[in-house]
Amino acid sequence: MNTIMDKTQNIKKIVLPGIETMNKITTNPEHFVLSVQDLSAWYGTAQVLKNISFNIQRHQVTAIIGPSGCGKSTLIRCFNRMNDFMPVFRTTGSILLEGQDLYSSNIDPVEVRLKIGMVFQKQNPFPKSIYENVVYGPRVLGIKNKKKLDQVVEDSLKRAALWDEVNHKLKSNALSLSGGQQQRLCIARALANEPEVLLLDEPCSALDPIATAKIEELIQELKRNYTIVIVTHNMQQAARVSDYTAYLLLGSLIEFGETKAVFTTPSRKETEDYITGRFG
Amino acid sequence: MNSAVAGDISILIEKQKLGERIFKIAATLAVLISLGTLTALVVDAFIDGFPRLNWKFLTSFPSRKPQEAGILAALFGSFYVIILTALSAVPIGLGAAIYLEEYAKKNRFSRFIELNVSNLAGVPSIIYGLLGLDLFVRLMGLGRSLLAGALTLALLVLPIIIISAREAIRTVPLSIREAAYALGATRWQMIKDHVVPLSLPGVLTGVILSVSRAIGETAPLITMGALTYVAFIPNGPLSPFTVLPIQIFNWVSRPQKGFHACAAAGIVVLLVVTLFLNALAIFLRNHYQRKISARSL
Repeated sequence: MNTIMDKTQNIKKIVLPGIETMNKITTNPEHFVLSVQDLSAWYGTAQVLKNISFNIQRHQVTAIIGPSGCGKSTLIRCFNRMNDFMPVFRTTGSILLEGQDLYSSNIDPVEVRLKIGMVFQKQNPFPKSIYENVVYGPRVLGIKNKKKLDQVVEDSLKRAALWDEVNHKLKSNALSLSGGQQQRLCIARALANEPEVLLLDEPCSALDPIATAKIEELIQELKRNYTIVIVTHNMQQAARVSDYTAYLLLGSLIEFGETKAVFTTPSRKETEDYITGRFG
Repeated sequence: MNSAVAGDISILIEKQKLGERIFKIAATLAVLISLGTLTALVVDAFIDGFPRLNWKFLTSFPSRKPQEAGILAALFGSFYVIILTALSAVPIGLGAAIYLEEYAKKNRFSRFIELNVSNLAGVPSIIYGLLGLDLFVRLMGLGRSLLAGALTLALLVLPIIIISAREAIRTVPLSIREAAYALGATRWQMIKDHVVPLSLPGVLTGVILSVSRAIGETAPLITMGALTYVAFIPNGPLSPFTVLPIQIFNWVSRPQKGFHACAAAGIVVLLVVTLFLNALAIFLRNHYQRKISARSL
């Protein structure tokens, strides 16, 4: 077992010389919330993530970029164990949330999802009222106190910058909102659980530029209180909203570092090719 | 050369047009034949039964005299049987559908079960009657009661309910399931809060359609021993009973002309009840679908 580990370490040193320097950025463990350690993932026999290691900083926005099929959605879905529902999916390595491995056998995936919220590519509010959408998480936990739930709704909608637009119609159907409002409702719904980390899987890909700008603005607000991981295929968006950027290619982490550095002085040829639009 | 090709094409087009016209006529004929048969049936039943259709016919018990015979016992019998059938078949059918769609691992065993559920839907109804006779009437000692009849019909409609409920469950989008899971819902909470409510219109449609099939079933109930002459309203689940189609069958098999008019009138009543149930199914489906389909906007 050890020899295999050593071998992969060696291979990593040969293939990914940048990885040693990457980890230097984030050596103080107090600053990071999530720590991905040698994570690999398979769908059946196809390996989709290859020995990925990096740390996610507290109260910062980390963007995961890369061309279609590079595994960025798979990676972000590992953070809240949303891949568990696929019977052929398996992982090796670990993801530590404040030192605790999310994939250890004594961890309940439901608990993971309460600590790490997620917003999806296509806005997916429940076909219920705005109010019912926001309180779903707390309800699932068994909170029934009406006053408490009302407070959660107000707080969450305010944090998601949606309160002023909907406070007069909390009982109306969430599907009557515009696409951008629906997506902010989904963010509010995720915030109602008081997560530590918020995962955003291409949250703007189905939205127009104005709605996108609003969400991006919101991300800047939210990072004061939450750690945010965002998957995007839009490099300008990554450059605009993120503090750190991870570039994935064919399941491997090619480059990880401060966004400014990754975009201005990429250390690897592949990253440069991608961000300059020569490929991808 | 060019003109030769053009000539060929115009001939080909003419040929295709002719083919199209023939197909259109054939399709129209097919519709007319099926609609015509139905119309003839309804009109015939109406003409024969209309003189007998009145309030007294609906509120009288069967009688030896055709003029005094009524359909009250059969109407109540059908009503009670259908309610008991739905009450026993819906929870089991929905539960089975939820298990097959949400819990069962997709392997050879689950495919075997699926195949057999579909096969059960095609088993002749008289066989369910024999099963009901042995299982409910004799083995469980329920006698030739409403409950035994309803349970027999429940077995009959169960496959249809399971199949339609599974289809309805499958239409619940993955995005809604993921949303619930991402908010920390357990599998059971996800099913109870989202899958069941969202698939309800489809389940309801299946239930009502299968119930309107059950209401017209005669063979299994005759086999399990429903009575043909009942001059009382069933007073409990263990009471003997009769249903509309059995009453109609009984009248048709009498030699007197007067009873044939009673049968025709009974057919009209049965048709009205069935059409009402179908209309209700369509209304419920459209009503709930409109509520849900807004999601895709």
